[in-house]
Order: sequence, then structure tokens, then C-alpha cells
Amino acid sequence: MKAEPLSVLTGIQNPKVIGWRLFLKTIIARAYPRLIGQQREKSWIFFDIFLPMLGVSAYVYVYRAIGAPEEYVGFVVVGGAMTAFWMNVLWSMSSQLYWEKEQGNLALYIIAPNSMMAILLGMALGGMLATALRAVAIIILGMWMFQVQFMVTSTLQLLAVFFLAMTALYGMGMMSASLFLLLSREAWHIANLAQEPVYLVSGFYFPIKSFNFWVAAAASIIPLTLGLDAMRQLVFPSGALLGFLNVKLEIGILTGLCIVFLTGAKFLLSYMEKLAIREGRLTESRR
Amino acid sequence: MTAESAIETRELGRIYKVRGNKKEKKVRKELIALQDVNLEVRRGELFGLLGPNGAGKTTIIKILTTLLAPTSGMARVAGHDVALEPQSVRPKINMVSGGESSGYGLLTVRENLWMFSQFYGLASKEANERIVQLLKMVGLEDRIHTKSSDLSTGLRQKMNIVRGFLTDPQVLFLDEPTLGLDVGASRDVRKFIRGWLDAEKTRTLLLTTHYMVEADELCDRVAIINKGRVLACDTPANLKRNLQRDALFEIETSPLNGLSTALIESLPEVRKAALTEIEGGARLNLSLVEESALASVINTLTQKNVKILRLSKHEPTLEDVFMEQVGHSMSEVEQAGENEG
Repeated sequence: MKAEPLSVLTGIQNPKVIGWRLFLKTIIARAYPRLIGQQREKSWIFFDIFLPMLGVSAYVYVYRAIGAPEEYVGFVVVGGAMTAFWMNVLWSMSSQLYWEKEQGNLALYIIAPNSMMAILLGMALGGMLATALRAVAIIILGMWMFQVQFMVTSTLQLLAVFFLAMTALYGMGMMSASLFLLLSREAWHIANLAQEPVYLVSGFYFPIKSFNFWVAAAASIIPLTLGLDAMRQLVFPSGALLGFLNVKLEIGILTGLCIVFLTGAKFLLSYMEKLAIREGRLTESRR
Repeated sequence: MTAESAIETRELGRIYKVRGNKKEKKVRKELIALQDVNLEVRRGELFGLLGPNGAGKTTIIKILTTLLAPTSGMARVAGHDVALEPQSVRPKINMVSGGESSGYGLLTVRENLWMFSQFYGLASKEANERIVQLLKMVGLEDRIHTKSSDLSTGLRQKMNIVRGFLTDPQVLFLDEPTLGLDVGASRDVRKFIRGWLDAEKTRTLLLTTHYMVEADELCDRVAIINKGRVLACDTPANLKRNLQRDALFEIETSPLNGLSTALIESLPEVRKAALTEIEGGARLNLSLVEESALASVINTLTQKNVKILRLSKHEPTLEDVFMEQVGHSMSEVEQAGENEG
């Protein structure tokens, strides 16, 4: 031990911030590990770009082999890029509070004066931005490998669809984070169980118009379903012909999903915290 | 609660409902973790909770840090009820647990500490300055840019300790802070803790430990806890002084050949006896009303063909206080707990 500098031992010099400034600080701090930390393991290039590109390539070659319209290749590339967001929500949002608990972080988040909602928003923001890098890489690679041409009909609507789909999707992730925590060890199995069916029903590699109306309508509860459908309509010339619903209606529904999922996340988080404190489920299993 | 109290508990209790085994999955059993705990920790005090694993120390910490609701009684920290006003308690506290693996392995030591400081609203610049200074104090400054996943257990625990002190809490909870640390690292941590507390008399620290030496060396007052109940609470010196009237002996012997503590305690003038198995034999701790009772103990050992390898008289320690209160040594209680588990 060295001789201690007095300024540390005598305490904090500046007042600690509270209220909305603490809320913002918490969001940025919790987003940091995802934005910076996750880029440090270069294996993400292999697992998050190379492997999804293999899946995309397989669908592209199937469509080309059967002589499907060239727009389908573009559909697959866009779907492949959005897959990254679904994986991120499933494994790094929904299951996250459970992992945080086992790691010992959840207890530290709870005893800090910050809002748990800010922690979840930080996780979501960090995850979304880090995943956007992977999604853009897949789009660029897809354009280069398969000569995909995009023709944006409305940039404003495209941006609106993307941000609404992301907000609703990550809102759903925040909501399920609380649910998964309550389900405890089952979280791993539920995430596994949800992964493949959502690839199918959300139409990652084909237009959901191929489904029966009611199946597509039910699948629309997952924000990526309508988000993908609307984006495809807005970036490909024949997209509107293969679209499930009118883009404006899809924007309206996505707005509704944002409200439902974010509100649900707030209520479930509060319920989960109270229940976990009552039943003693906030600390890792070994304690 | 007086103005001088940093922590106060009244008739505090916690009952867990636990599931039965596979056959009795639907049956919910009640496990009493805490019962009628009354404690008062004064501001500026370093207070120790001393007890074996499973005694209820961590449960008390969880309740006081707002992580667990009590099922009976009440607890106040820094003037606020932990169950009714958790949001008022949280800005004033922090906690560090032994063996915790908090933070993110991909972040460096500085980044992890900065992240946690932000959850308390510290200005980034000040947080970074404090991180550098605190890391220097615990001898970790050369690892400031090391990823926390690359740290050894001891270094990681030092980082955790810094995390707890970084936000300068009014009341700090340390749950077995030196668990798993080597002798040197434990000594460093204890010195740092004492220095932090002595620098500002309004700071309060509650420490749980099952290391007697740690409690004896660090704590202003100690509560001995076992099976969810507080058995004694005083300064280490007073607790030991109360035992002074007895003569305390430690005898190392060859294997005991079936000799039991009950037999030794049945001898006249023997107040307490505790046996601990050690390599190649056993250690017998004796608390005797009169020194002359030693003769009958030795006689009994000889009759049972138990050889005496070493015999010493010693001043009372907290281990003796624990034995007096609980009736068994700490290691015996922990061994029994493991066997039950």
C-alpha cells in the first residue's frame, strides 16, 4: 500500500448529479460495454458477419437456382442484416438481466441510486448501435457479393420505419428481460426456443405475404416482421407488390407496438423488482 | 433511532420459502434465516458481523442494502427505512462482496470503475481522478488499462474494493471482503479499510466475516451471530474480557480413539471443550473454571491412549468467545452445516 492522497480519503468534491442527468449518465455508462467492449473481441467479425453471410448466401443461391425474381435476393440481404438485431435482442437483451444476476451486477444496479429503466435503455442503445455496425457490414457485403440494387422511394418513411421497428423491438427485449429474470434458469431454453421460429414467421428470408393473412397478422406482434416488410417495400421497386400491408398502416402499427412494449417494459421491470426483493431473487444463486 | 445511528434494526426477521426436493417439489418449506435481530451501529463505527457460513450475515446485508425485504421487524440505514424508502437509502450506501465477479471482462479496470461511478452520478473527470488515486492506494495502478478478465482473483477483488469506496458512501457494506485473498492482499485490504474510515469520522462500515482475526483487528464492535440470531454484541476487548475468568488451553493430540467433547465437558470444572480434527490428530480447545481441572482432562486422555503432542495456555480470542456463545468452534459449526446441506 502506498501513502494515500488525502483528496480521495476526504471524499467527493463535486455534487453528484440526480434526476434526468443521472438517468442520462446511466444510459451512456451502461451502453459503453456494448459499444466499446464488444468490439474488442475480434471474433465478432466471424460470428456476427461471416456466419450470417453464409445463411444469406444459401438463400440467394436457392432463389437464383429456381429463377425467383431478383428482388428476392435483395429481400434476403435485408433480412440477413436484420437477423443481427433479432439475435442481439434475444441473447443480449432478453436473457441479459438473468446473466447480470448470475454475474453479480444486478444487485449493484439495484442498490445504486440510478433507475433500472435507464440500465435497460443503456443496454438497448448500446446493443442497437453495436449491432447496426454488423447489419451495415452485412448489407455492404451483400450488395458487393450479389450486386443488390436499392432504390429508396421515401427516405423519411424508411428512417421512420427503421427507428420505430428498432424501438419496438428493443422495447420488447426490455420487457422480456424482466420476464426471463422471473423465469430464472429457463431463460436459456426460452431463448433457444424462440430463435428459429421467429426467423420463419418474421419472414427474414422471404416476404410474409406468402403466409396466410392471419398467420402474418399474428407474426406482426414481433416488430421486425412489419419493420422488414415496410423496409423492403421502400427500398425495392417491386417491394410494394410483395408487401403485406400498406407502409403507412405498418408505421401506425409499429408506433402502437413501441408504446405497448416500452410501457410494458416499465411496468414489468417495476413488478419484477418488487417481486424479486420480496422473494430474494436479486442476487446470484451462490449467495 | 438516534442521530448518531447509521444502522438500526428492530426485531428484524427473514423467512425464506424453499422448495422441497424432487419428490416434494410442490411442498414449500420455511427456512428461518434471521430471527429478532436487534442492532445499532453508530456513525463512524466499523462494525463487524461475525459468524460461520449460513449464520445469516449475508441476509442482514441484503436487507440493509435494499436487496431483500424483511419478513418481520424493521431496519433503518442512514435515517431511512430500507423497506419503505429504498430510494432514499441507495444514494448513501455501497456494497462489496467477497469473490464477486461484477463488471465486464472486456472492459479495463478503469472503464469498469468509471461505469459504476456513473450510476451514482459522479462527474466523469472527478471519477477518473479518484479511480487513479484509489488504484494507487491498493497497489493496482499498473493494471489500470488491463481487461478485468485478465486479473487474478486477488487483483479483481481489489478492483471491487475500489468500486465500493469510489462513490464515497455514508454507509459501506463489506460482505466477506477478503474471502479467497492471500495473506498479503488481505492485510492490504484491511489497512485500506481502516484508513478510509479513520479519515472521515462520519463514515460507517459494516463488515461481515468468518475470520476471527479480521474481526478482532478491524472492528470497533462485533456482533456474534449464529443460526440467524445475535448472540453477543460488544467491543472485541470486552467480549474477550468476559472470558478472562476462565483458563483457556489448547491441546494438540494424536487421533482421539472415540473420545468425545461430551465426555470432556462432563469432567468437573470444565466449562467448554471443542474438538477440531487436524492432520495426524486433533486440537482440543478447553475453557476451564479452574486451572486444576487440566489434570483430570490429561488423565482422561491418557486413559484413552491419546497422546498429548502440544499443550499451551493462551489469552482469550474471539474464537473462544464464539465457542463460549455457541458451544462449538466456528469450524465445527461450519462442518455441521455442510453435513446438513
